[in-house]
Amino acid sequence: MKRFPFPFPHDAYRYSANIEPALTRAETAAGAWGDTVLEVDGDYRVELAERRAILQSDPSRMALLDHMRPAAWDALVLLLETLAQQYPRDMAFERSGRSCRWVNRLLDEERDFVLGDDSSLPGGPLAYASSQVQEDIVLLDQREDALWLDAGVVTFAADWSMGFDVGMRFLEVHGPVPRIHEEQIISRAQHFIMRLQPGRNYRRTNWTMTVGRRLDTSTETYPEWGPDRVSIVDDPELPERLHLRVEVQHLIRLPRSGAVMFLVRTYLASLAEVATIPAWRDRLGKVLAELPQDMADYKGISRYREAASDWLLGV
Amino acid sequence: MSTPLLTAPQVGVHLDLVVADSSYQAAGIRELVLRHPGRAILPSFAPGSHIVIECEGHTNAYSLTGSGDFPEEYRISVLYCPDGRGGSAAVHRLMHGEQVRVSAPRSAFPPVANARRHLLIAGGIGITPMVSHLRAAAEWGRDAELLYSYRPGQGAHLADVQALCGSSPGLSLSEFTNRRSFRAGLAEALRRQPLGTHLYVCGPQAFMDTVIAEARAACWPESRLHLEAFGSAELDAGRPFSVRLGRSGRSVAVPSGVSLLDALDRVGVTMPRLCRQGVCGECVVPVKAGRPEHRDLFLSDAEKSANSAIMCCVSRSLDPELELDL
Repeated sequence: MKRFPFPFPHDAYRYSANIEPALTRAETAAGAWGDTVLEVDGDYRVELAERRAILQSDPSRMALLDHMRPAAWDALVLLLETLAQQYPRDMAFERSGRSCRWVNRLLDEERDFVLGDDSSLPGGPLAYASSQVQEDIVLLDQREDALWLDAGVVTFAADWSMGFDVGMRFLEVHGPVPRIHEEQIISRAQHFIMRLQPGRNYRRTNWTMTVGRRLDTSTETYPEWGPDRVSIVDDPELPERLHLRVEVQHLIRLPRSGAVMFLVRTYLASLAEVATIPAWRDRLGKVLAELPQDMADYKGISRYREAASDWLLGV
Repeated sequence: MSTPLLTAPQVGVHLDLVVADSSYQAAGIRELVLRHPGRAILPSFAPGSHIVIECEGHTNAYSLTGSGDFPEEYRISVLYCPDGRGGSAAVHRLMHGEQVRVSAPRSAFPPVANARRHLLIAGGIGITPMVSHLRAAAEWGRDAELLYSYRPGQGAHLADVQALCGSSPGLSLSEFTNRRSFRAGLAEALRRQPLGTHLYVCGPQAFMDTVIAEARAACWPESRLHLEAFGSAELDAGRPFSVRLGRSGRSVAVPSGVSLLDALDRVGVTMPRLCRQGVCGECVVPVKAGRPEHRDLFLSDAEKSANSAIMCCVSRSLDPELELDL
């Protein structure tokens, strides 16, 4: 819980363009988070194995429109260089001209590849990048005064579908979210992202709730996890089964392709775990009790949020 | 110093480099090679990017002509403009080994990743941003055609673009050394491009005006036309106007020939700035009342018509007075 990115600064939650510079350490009641963009934690191997299995059974979780190949290479190199600098004991990246060597001792991998040559890496640059970081990766193209979701590997989506959204404009992707259009939050966010400069990286958090310790709650697997949202209400094990799901999202301008890389890292904490931090227990209870109905409906938590807040607040 | 990784926030936007080499690309066009004093790799950049160089109190923006992939050096080519503000003369005076402060690369003229084709049109020194476009097109196998108009014997980067266009089957080059043949070549090229081609033009203002007018006449949609302002003539001096600073109630006169940015400087209201050409977006000022005369390339059309912001380095006012949120 020490590095859990508890996302609520207030007892009430509303949508906002809650963007702040990346790498800013954020203190919480339990510790701190946010001093890195990428984070390799104790679940590294487990989560990467899960991603590999998901991609094998459903390749549509990865999409790469042809014009995004340069962006995919741009993303790969930046991610590997960053990992190597951050974890020098376990990882190393060397480049000579276009020839690269990547060593990842955590995965027992050593790989030589050639920049721009898709066949030199298993699955190509984007799939390979997603096999080395726990973060989901989305690549946005910028053209015609808009951002377009034109590539990504998203195996841990919070009730959305990479395969469905690929090729859409940023504003279209966010079409179903209530309130943010009337409040011009999403157009302001797009405006902001379109002016991002390389090296000036930003982040935000988002949250929802998930039944079970389940990272894959994409639209494709709804039949597997949807029914849990009903059965959880009367389950005596609700505090252990219901999880606060927090996404740490980073916005990064890729230097050579000009695309924007959007990284999504998902963290889960059960209500029982949240409750070990009294300030969090109280705060989450109040947020869930106060959340307007339309926002609760969109997040898919309407059925059980009262049961959750009651438990947290000891009602 | 190198491309910022995701492990540390970028501190500042400046790089202190040294002049490692220089040569004349053509009469009056000096190419400078800038390197990090410790030979570190410099930040990578997108095709069409520029740096802003500070020299003897002048700041000028120049396109980067080298490779944007893990560059060991930045290359710029600077046309000496005797009638300009003096920035180009200062750059021409730089000596080998001299230190210069430049901005990190900024991308304001990038290719369109899903374009079927790029039609690049350069007049004179306007060739500079096209060189990096051609490099990237060659690297990624994209189709591009360059029309290059230059005075006989004055073609900067001619060998570079000839070599690049010869290196990839998707690239082609047409050279023009007189106005009439260029106009004929332009008219023909505009009419034979496949749908989905994007046009990029850079050169003197009159040259760009001609190309854009011809493209519109050939029914090119606005969204496929891209202009690079560097290398263009100075904007006209503009009519005088005044601004009221909403927070203090103060009124500031902006005479003809003086930018709003400079007028604000004179009364001690200092806005951030970099390019001073309406490209970088640093000097944006919120507008509370009045209609700006937008002359920048930074704000989108929608933002311009909302009249809620002005780029104070180049834009002026349609109304006698603007009220600013300052």
